[in-house]
Amino acid sequence: MIYFDNAATSWPKPPCVAEAMTHYLAEIGANPGRSGHRLAVAAARVVYGAREAVAELLRAPDPLRVVFGANATEALNLALSGLLRPGDHAVTGSMEHNSVMRPLRALERTGVQVTAVPCTPEGSLDPGDLAAAVRPNTRLIALTHAIDLLAFSGHKSLYGPMGTGGLVIGERVDAGLLTPLKRGGTGSRSEHEEQPEFLPDLCESGTPNAVGLAGLAAGTRWVLAQGVERIREHELALTGQLLAGLAAIPGVTIYGPRDARRQTATVSFKIAGLETSEIGLRLDDEFAILCRVGLHCAPPAHRTLGTFPAGTVRFGMGAFNTAEQVAAALNAVAALAQEAR
Amino acid sequence: MSGEGYAVILVYSTSHAMHIERLLGKRGVACKMIPVPRQISSDCGVCIRIPQAHAAIARETVEAARIEIQGIAHI
Repeated sequence: MIYFDNAATSWPKPPCVAEAMTHYLAEIGANPGRSGHRLAVAAARVVYGAREAVAELLRAPDPLRVVFGANATEALNLALSGLLRPGDHAVTGSMEHNSVMRPLRALERTGVQVTAVPCTPEGSLDPGDLAAAVRPNTRLIALTHAIDLLAFSGHKSLYGPMGTGGLVIGERVDAGLLTPLKRGGTGSRSEHEEQPEFLPDLCESGTPNAVGLAGLAAGTRWVLAQGVERIREHELALTGQLLAGLAAIPGVTIYGPRDARRQTATVSFKIAGLETSEIGLRLDDEFAILCRVGLHCAPPAHRTLGTFPAGTVRFGMGAFNTAEQVAAALNAVAALAQEAR
Repeated sequence: MSGEGYAVILVYSTSHAMHIERLLGKRGVACKMIPVPRQISSDCGVCIRIPQAHAAIARETVEAARIEIQGIAHI
């Protein structure tokens, strides 16, 4: 089996991730930050260890400004609905995912102004167009390129489990201006009926996914031990091999920059004469290649690329994929393309 | 006797306690997380017990990190 759906979630995970989660469930188990006994303290250390690991990887100076949540979507909702008020203006790009577009479209109905700057058919954004969209009341620019607020998914490139993600809140963002998505028990300031105003408690109500965060800490430490550059080099080689191989197959159209150095290890394409849904089914059934087809939760991105509403076939590669797998997948695509001609 | 016994750093959040523990560890201060002594506060969480002799270093470290604490108490 060849797993090429790492852009949806990375798999397999490094063995240390399941080990850390099993250890948490079997040996720690307690609720972090709620009690003072040894297991509660051990649990709090695990959660804090995840904050430290993520802060180190993302070069955030203060682990307490790493706020955990269920996923990147929750983090994006926190940043967008937590900071934008009626009368504010927000700028985004036309390649953004629904996790950005849907919260912004909902905020638009409450009086927030939204500008989606068009990207080129290759998917790139001209910084001049972005600057021109900024108005005096622009409060926030939401792009796949963070400066002050960084929403992250724990279960993709950090190799943690699903149900983990968060928001890194930069020093220039006044936490006092951030409205949390949820309010409730934090294990802190229990004598007050008002939500604490400090990070991370302001944005972390209710019992956290501590077992998931144990896995996230292990996954992130694994990435740090491998080295981001080394993983990137490996993915660059696979992406280059895949792009060159696909370009040589008659009937295949590749989308995006078509340059491994200018993209992640995710490649979108289609085969002339075949619906994307059929390609996905046949790759799975006949070749045991698992990928994703369709619109990938990003309709404006597909409108930009000119692939709406049919979508594309997407191969998302990760640290555990190999050159042999890419070669096998290229043979499969070539066989399907030849048959369709 | 300011140089003997223990002091406790009373924090508003367990996350702060973890962060302070890490910062003090880097400065060689031995920390132990303990439940907040009942005679000091009715809070149900943890506090950080340190040697009283290190109370001044602790205060300086916490202030430098701009972490709001309830206080440092001698026990």
